[in-house]
This record gives sequence, structure tokens and C-alpha cells, in this order.
Amino acid sequence: MMRYFFTRLAGAIPTLFIIVTLTFFLMRAAPGGPFDEEQALPPEIMANLQNAYGLDQPMWTQYERYLKSLLHGDFGPSFKYKDFTVTELIRLGFPVTLELGAIALALALFAGIPLGVFAALHHNSAADTATMSVAVVGIAIPTFVVLPFLGLLFGVYLHWLPVADWEPGSIRHLALPVIALALPPLAYIARLTRGSMLEILRSHFIRTAFAKGLPLRTVILRHALRPALTPVASYLVPAVASIMTGSLVVESIAGIPGIGRYLVQGAINRDYTLVLGMVIIYSTLLIGMGLAVDLLYAWLDPRVRPAK
Amino acid sequence: MSRLADDAVRRLRANPAAVLALFVMTGIIVVTVFGAWLNPNNGQALDWLHLAARPSLAKAHWFGTDRLGRDLFVRTLAGTRVSIAIGLVASAISLIVGVGYGAVAGYLGGRTDHLMMRIIEILSGLPLIFFVIFLTVIFGRSETLLFISIGAVGWLTMARIVRGQTMSIRQQEFIAAAIASGASTGRIIFRHVIPNLIGPVVVYATLTVPQIILFESFLSFLGLGIQEPGASLGTLIAEGVGEMEAAPWILLMPGGFLAVLLLCLNIFGDGLRDALDVKEA
Amino acid sequence: MDATLSIDELWVSFANRAGAIDAVSCVSLRIAPSECVGIVGESGSGKTQLFLAAMGLLAANAQVKGRISFEGNELTDSAARNRVRGSRFTMIFQDPLTSLTPHLTIGTQLAEVLVQHLRMPWRDARSSAGRMLERVRVPEPRRRLGQYPHELSGGMRQRVMLAMALLCEPSLVVADEPTTALDVTIQAQIIELLRAVRAEFGMALALISHDLAVVAGLADRILVMYAGRIVEDAPAGDLFRKPRHPYTAELLKCLPSLSGPRFARLPTLAGQPPRPGEKLEACAFAPRCPRAADRCRSERPELKGSSAAQVACHFPLSA
Repeated sequence: MMRYFFTRLAGAIPTLFIIVTLTFFLMRAAPGGPFDEEQALPPEIMANLQNAYGLDQPMWTQYERYLKSLLHGDFGPSFKYKDFTVTELIRLGFPVTLELGAIALALALFAGIPLGVFAALHHNSAADTATMSVAVVGIAIPTFVVLPFLGLLFGVYLHWLPVADWEPGSIRHLALPVIALALPPLAYIARLTRGSMLEILRSHFIRTAFAKGLPLRTVILRHALRPALTPVASYLVPAVASIMTGSLVVESIAGIPGIGRYLVQGAINRDYTLVLGMVIIYSTLLIGMGLAVDLLYAWLDPRVRPAK
Repeated sequence: MSRLADDAVRRLRANPAAVLALFVMTGIIVVTVFGAWLNPNNGQALDWLHLAARPSLAKAHWFGTDRLGRDLFVRTLAGTRVSIAIGLVASAISLIVGVGYGAVAGYLGGRTDHLMMRIIEILSGLPLIFFVIFLTVIFGRSETLLFISIGAVGWLTMARIVRGQTMSIRQQEFIAAAIASGASTGRIIFRHVIPNLIGPVVVYATLTVPQIILFESFLSFLGLGIQEPGASLGTLIAEGVGEMEAAPWILLMPGGFLAVLLLCLNIFGDGLRDALDVKEA
Repeated sequence: MDATLSIDELWVSFANRAGAIDAVSCVSLRIAPSECVGIVGESGSGKTQLFLAAMGLLAANAQVKGRISFEGNELTDSAARNRVRGSRFTMIFQDPLTSLTPHLTIGTQLAEVLVQHLRMPWRDARSSAGRMLERVRVPEPRRRLGQYPHELSGGMRQRVMLAMALLCEPSLVVADEPTTALDVTIQAQIIELLRAVRAEFGMALALISHDLAVVAGLADRILVMYAGRIVEDAPAGDLFRKPRHPYTAELLKCLPSLSGPRFARLPTLAGQPPRPGEKLEACAFAPRCPRAADRCRSERPELKGSSAAQVACHFPLSA
């Protein structure tokens, strides 16, 4: 099992490398530079700036320098946030985004899966239709509409939850952003689980389990749930991607100081190193998730495991 | 072909949610196209007397006005028009690209297919928004970039579906007959393969349009899409968020429109998919 | 003494958009303690649905009418059924690969039966499971406990299924086509195993098959089913030597025989059984029966005879 994991890990590293390289060269090759939008600077000052940031070096030199600094965990200075390096910004923002995203993913799984199982068990009843209708709403309506609407309802009108002013670690501040972020993947997971569970419940081995006189709860939890979760496992990486995308919006609206907000600002300000650093972080996260899902498949279905 | 359509229509009619969604959608489109004529206001005109006014019948500000005094009803309709227009155009583009790509890959098979599918796999891995942000940083914000990146949303799934269908169609006998009669590859793809793809393509097109509308609104919301003075539902919603506590209707109207539009498109698309009995990819 | 399983006038129908389909029509039977009854019929004859109904394993859209009693207790509601299902009244199924849960070890799937019904602690249950695997002649039983179903051969999986059914010392085991999915050589082994197990445990056995040959060596009594009804019910020996229903006779003719010409063509039955859902006020077998007369096409024959043997035919073959 360990060998399988390391093989996959070894395969992922070249991918990451390619992403970094491509990203780097594309950015440097693009027209315009990070200082173009400032008021026209006198040429000497421009030259000095270029020199200070190493932008007047040949491309390969810049690339080498970047890779070296990457290995040291240094993503370079931010061109816009003058007092910060990208590394510092990442260090500030990443834990926030990670916390937000992880809680949202957990919510999506721990609410979505039971909801799907419930709908499957009450197939064709009113409860089933109701659950699936809510799911459609969750999938269709975008996060940047859901969060403000929730904020209006719970914050402005009902005064239950705060709308702005982020406070680290405060559940009340986290509640709405997490719910808005979790809603689309939750809905999708509920749907997937329901469909998959309905199919599994028709299997022969479930019939055997009932024939053995096992109660419904045991049959569902011990026999039906694990195979039913395979599509959910397949969906995990897109789920994380969806949460990452959603976090850009959620952080911007709720004023949460995570890397999503920096990324958006970086795009608008054409802050090369910042965007580069963020893209690398996000890509690494996705690739890591992909690896984890591969391991998960092996656990869910023993037939996939490499033979002993 | 027509029997398939009849079957589908019958099943669709039996689905109350899908039918309702279709009606509401049509209603929205009608209002969007003709509504501006019913309202005397101009979306750009600033009404100094009614800044951030609530919805009321005064001066026909049915949806109220925004911070600058612009009538929200007209602006919302204009924004919806822009969103729908972009949605349709970009969908059409991604449809053509996706169907073409998928048909070629599925028909040619072998290494070409393998390579083409690898490309799709790699492109599917990264969430599109990062790609767009990336390109925005390089090339600055431009409307051409907007169209390119939005078009990139739908074609991947479409290409996959079409490739799968093409592969199974290719096995069938009438293709062998066409090849035997000396038809060229291009001709075969065009005249034999593509007409048989209509079913799943229609369904996924219906599901792609809301995806694209959503993506465009998303970009515009973040400030990476349509710029001032143009407005799409995304930019209007962004404005609304800023005024949320003082003037909630600025958020609620465009937000409501977008939500209902997307909801209807999704429900109808689901219903269509059930009716045509196309399996998930 | 009470029959182990007693079924009176059982009707099983399935409701769907088109209407109701009768899978089992007015079936009554009794299985005595330690008796082995073979139930034979083509697919669609209702032989499996009959026992699924008795165990309460039917799909949600099924409607069941009639009386079912097990060891003297009427099974009226799910509570009554739950008391006996899986412990005193067990069933094994046709395809052992798809009938075993792929992600659980053999040991877990066996032990859970004991844990559920006898409240045994897991460790003891696993030991008992290992011992049962020995009794069903599975080689290296301890090792098998830790393996998954896909790691076992078809014959071994079927032995595991049998072990699962025997763990709580049932009074009746229903075996639904236990050999159909297996190779011919393995089939013989399983039939032999069933014989040995019956001798050792002494439980009643209901053996369902479409193949008379499978049933031949084991059954004390044979029920022949056609289109949801029992058409003949006789002791095994009598049935083979002197079948009374034309359908039974045709089935016997289809059995390949070791005596007789070497390259003779195997006889087959012409025609198809009626589709489920076709309701007729006539003998369902009439269209295919070489002896059919007008009466057969207008009046349905009832089961007639003694308690030892019955047949549903207007013109049964002579005794």
C-alpha cells in the first residue's frame, strides 16, 4: 500500500513542476509589466525598480532564481503590497482559507451524505422530493448570490449573525460564509449519494444481508454505505475545486483575509508574484487531494487494492 | 428521430417542475426583451430626486433606484439581456468547438484520440477561474479575454460526451457502409455522425447555458468581467452587496433575477435529461 | 406435529404503471420437519418469489395475500418475520459473487449473523464461524476468515453462503438455484455437500431449481410450478417414474440420459410460458401441451389428488 502511495506521489511531482514552469514563463512573457499601471515613472526609477526586483535579468536567470527561492519556501516579494513578501501573505492568509474550506467540505460531507441516504430510503415520497428540490436550489444558485441573501436574512433583518467584521475563530462570523460555501457541494453530494444508494439497495448482496436477518440500520451502515460512497469519492476533487472557487467570492464579500481575497486583488493589480504563488498553492492542494482520493478508493473497495 | 422527440415531449409534459420552469423562463425572457418599452426610464439617466429609493410606483421606479439614481428595473433588465446574450453566444461557441473536437477524437480513435483526451483531462483538472485570473494578470482585463475564457467553460464536458457517443456510433453498420462506398472522413463525420448526436448534445447544451451564465456573472461580480459602463447581472449584484444594509433592493432585484433564471434553466435541463433518458457521463 | 413451513393460498402480485402482475397464484404447500422438497419450474414460474414472500424479502411494490406459518406461528407482521429470518428460516441465493458483500471479510459476514441473533461477542462469533467453515468443507478455514469474497473461487463462495445459513441451526434452509452459476464439476460437489449437511444437521431443505437433475438426488418430494401455480406435487421417486402432469413429462424428456443413443438430439419444449401479467381462465400450459383439448382452453384445472400426491390437469397421465 505504501509503495502505491509513493508511486503516485512521484507521478504528481512532475505535474507540479510543469505547472510552475509554465506559469512562470507565461507570466514573464506577457506584454506589460507590474509597474505599467502606476503613474508614468521616470525611466531611471523604472530601471532601478526593475533591477531591484531582478526583472532586467535574462529569463533563464530569473527562472533559476525563482526555483531556488521556491525550494526555500520563498515566493518572492509582492509587487503591490510593498511591505510584504508573498510568503508572508501566504502565511497570513492560507490558514484562514484552509479553515474556511475544510469546515465547508466537512459540512458538505456530513450533511450531504446522510441527506442523500435519507432521500434514498424514502424514495418517491414527499420527503424525497423536498430534499431533492432543495438540492437543485443549492446547485443552481451561485454562492455570490446565496451569501448576500443569507446575510440579508440572518444579519440585517433577523440580527442573528454578524455580516462583516471578521474575527478569527469566531463561530458566529464563520457560520454564514461556511454555509454559503458548503451549499453547492452539499447539494451535489446529496444527489450523488441518493442515486448511488438507490442502486446499491437493489444489489444481490443487500438482499443477502436482509435475508440474514440484519436490521435496516446495520444493512445500511455496514453493507450499503461504503460501496455507495464511491461516486462521492470521485467527486471530492471537483468538490474541493468548487470550494476553492467559492472561497474567492466568499472571502471578498465577507471581508475574510484569506488567500482567495489576495488572489482576486492580485489579478486586478497584475501582481505577478502574488498570483504565481497563489496558483502554485492551489494547484498543490488539488494534486494532494487527488492523491488522497486515490488512497480513499483503495479503502472503499478492496478489489482495487494491489494484490498482496 | 421524430419518435424520439415525441417520446421526449410526452415525458417532459409529465414533469410539472420542468414545465413550470419553462414557463417562468419564457416569462423572464419576454419581460427582458419587451419590459424596457413598458417603463419610461432610461438605465443611464440619474434621477437626483430619487437616490437609492425604495421600489415604488413613483416615476415608475418599480424596482427602486441605485446609489446614483439610476432606475433599477431597466438596469436589471439590461443586465439580464447582457447575461443571457453572452450565455447563448458563448454556449454556441463552446458547442461548436466541443462537438467538433469530440467527434474528431471519437471517430479517429487510436493515438489521436488518446492525445486529445489527455489534453482535456489536464484542462479539466484546474478550476477555470484560476486560469482566467492567470490570463487576466498577463493580458489585462479585456472583453475578448472574457469571451475566450467563458467559451472555455462548456466545451470540455461536451467534447467528452460527443466522443463517447461517436465511438459507439462508429461501430455501427451504416458507417461501415459509408466507408465502403468511398465517402471521405470529413463527409462521414459531418453527414452521419453528427446528426446522431443530437439527443445528448441538446441536453448538455441546456445544462451548459446556465453554467456559462453563472461563470460570466461570477467573473463580473469579482470585477474581472464586464466593466463599467456596461452592466451584467454580476456587476449589478456586486453593487448590491455594497449597499446591502441601506438599500437591500439593489441586491435583491438582480440577485433574484439571476437566481430564478439559473434555477429554471437547471430544472428544465434536468427534466430534459430525464425525458431523453441520457445517462450521466 | 406442526409443519415447519406452511403456506395457504398465497398470492403475490406486483403493481406497476400498467396494472398488477401476478407472480404467484393461489399456492399452498407444506414442508415437514427435515423434509427436502424440490421446487422445479422455468424462470418466471414464481418459484423464487414464493419463498421471498415467505421470508418477507419482496420489493416494496409487492402485494401479498394468504397465510404463511413457520413452526406453528403465523408470520403476520414484520416483527414475527424478523424473529425467524436469518436464524431459524434462512435462504441462500444463486450467484455467490454478487450475493456477498464485496468490501467485508468473510469472517465479518459470517460472524455478524451470530452477533445479531445470538448476541455473541465478536471474537467468539469469529471462532464459531471458522468452525462452521470446516463443517462445510472449506479448506484452510482460518485463512478464509480474513479474505474477501473476490479472493475465493465460486464453489468456495457458495459454501460460505451455506455456512451463513447454517450458523444459527435453522429449521428450514431455502436454496435458490444454488448450483446454476457454477461449473458442472463444482455443481456436483455442492449437491453432495447439501446432502451431507442435511444428514448432519437434520434441517428441512427447500431446493429451488429449473433443472430436475439437480433436484433428483436430494428431494423427498417435488413440486412442479408453471406460470405461478403448482401443477404437480408428488414424492420424488413417483414423479420421475410416473409423472402425471404433461409438463412434468416434457421436462423429464429434456433431461439428457446416460443410456440411450449417443448422438440423439435433445428434445426441447416448444413455445414459451405465458408472460407474467397475462391472466387466463384456462390451463396456462394448454398452448404447449400435446394432450390439450377444448376443456383445457376454457377451464382452469384445480389441484386434485391425495395428500401424498396432487396434480392440476384435466387429463393427467395415467398413474
